[in-house]
Amino acid sequence: MSESDREIRLLPVNVLTGFLGSGKTTLLGRMLASPAFAETAVLINEFGEVGLDHHLIEQVDEGVLLLRSGCICCTIRSDLQDSLRDLYSRRARGQIPQFKRLVIETTGLADPVPIVSTLLSDPVICNHFRLGNIICTVDAVNGAGQLDRQPESVKQAAIADRLVVTKVDLAARGRIAALRARLKRLNPAAVLSEADNAAIDPELLLAQDLHDPAHKAAEVARWLEAEASELPDPRRSRRGAGNEQAHDHSAHDRPADVNRHDADISAFALTFDRPLDWTAFGIWLSMLLQAHGEDVLRVKGLLNVVDVATPVVVHAVQHLIHPPLHLPRWPSADRRSRLVFIARGLSRESVERSLNAFNRLGDRLHEPV
Amino acid sequence: MCGLCGVLGATHWSDSHASPEAFGDGAGGRTRRGERLYRVRLVNEVLQGFALDLSDFQGTSFVVSSRTGRSEMVGDLMAVWPTAEQMIGRKLDPLDPEVVTRLEQAVDARG
Repeated sequence: MSESDREIRLLPVNVLTGFLGSGKTTLLGRMLASPAFAETAVLINEFGEVGLDHHLIEQVDEGVLLLRSGCICCTIRSDLQDSLRDLYSRRARGQIPQFKRLVIETTGLADPVPIVSTLLSDPVICNHFRLGNIICTVDAVNGAGQLDRQPESVKQAAIADRLVVTKVDLAARGRIAALRARLKRLNPAAVLSEADNAAIDPELLLAQDLHDPAHKAAEVARWLEAEASELPDPRRSRRGAGNEQAHDHSAHDRPADVNRHDADISAFALTFDRPLDWTAFGIWLSMLLQAHGEDVLRVKGLLNVVDVATPVVVHAVQHLIHPPLHLPRWPSADRRSRLVFIARGLSRESVERSLNAFNRLGDRLHEPV
Repeated sequence: MCGLCGVLGATHWSDSHASPEAFGDGAGGRTRRGERLYRVRLVNEVLQGFALDLSDFQGTSFVVSSRTGRSEMVGDLMAVWPTAEQMIGRKLDPLDPEVVTRLEQAVDARG
């Protein structure tokens, strides 16, 4: 089975996260109102009361609720593994409709990474489901304060693929602009939008993801665009030539506030002119994530791999690495490898030097056996 | 699964790939076994600084060994590092300047 066939066969799972009261359920209701997403199941990782408004749902049987639009809504009563396996089993037996997408809404205080871990690691689940976009809501009124005080809030925003600023009708434009700028610094590769009236695009939020064969090239193009426009160019900040290491002035330019939970999180991009040795890269990344997985919130990369004609896409959330993907062709004439990191307390210089050392080691040791 | 993976059934991200050219099929001519042995050679360049050694076990697992004779079997690359850390009682950090400097010197020594 080809990579594309497998991606099409698996049911996409969106993780909807965001701090308490940030409008996750409202956004979910609006997205699922779109006829294109009528056949969507929803898992609510909420203990106690079901989070969705009651006009949207009606009880079908214990643990499974049917949305009026035709969606399935199931609270996570035990652990996520059991819920996902059970949901798939019921779907396969025809006990519930043949849903084509699943949305997991987390609690406001939840760390979404264990959900991603379950989707990528469970041998049964990863044969039926695949991770789609992680969507994070950030409240325009209270979001900045939550980012200041709540580390969960920072992590939710840092690992998201889509950031949606909510309650924009209740906040001043200046406050919204400041929040948007802060989110862009924290997670430049995420698509940032505002949940005002008709502007929500459910396709962009839910469906256009890296593992969708029709959209993965466009998604990578977005990362590269963000890298070019939002991140400091290490080439411009290099002092001198040759092998001198890059120096990031942006960290000095920004005011440091040790009380902010995102104060020590930075996004940086690395660019490599020479093709990377896949084996050396794999060894390096696995070792890096073992040592610093808690601090590497996100890695996205488009790699030019030795002896491989097409680009390889790598994508990691903390210590969880998605299966790498191939793009059918390079998005532009630029064939350099590019890696974007969102990390806590790691310097670009040390990461770049380390990967260069591992890659050069690969150059020296590579002999066909 | 890529024909150059370590072994059928392996699902570690650095092993498996749907594309037949994932690890440089063709020009590089790397076979599945060659890829695996190459991986062991590379990891050993890193581990020798910690007095540890990695070997392939029948194309299905790896064995991490210390110079005191202790050995642990692991399933994939990701499991090598925590096992190695447990055996030596300290962290293996690829960003550690001493580790990086040693690798750079090893590369330079090979010309």
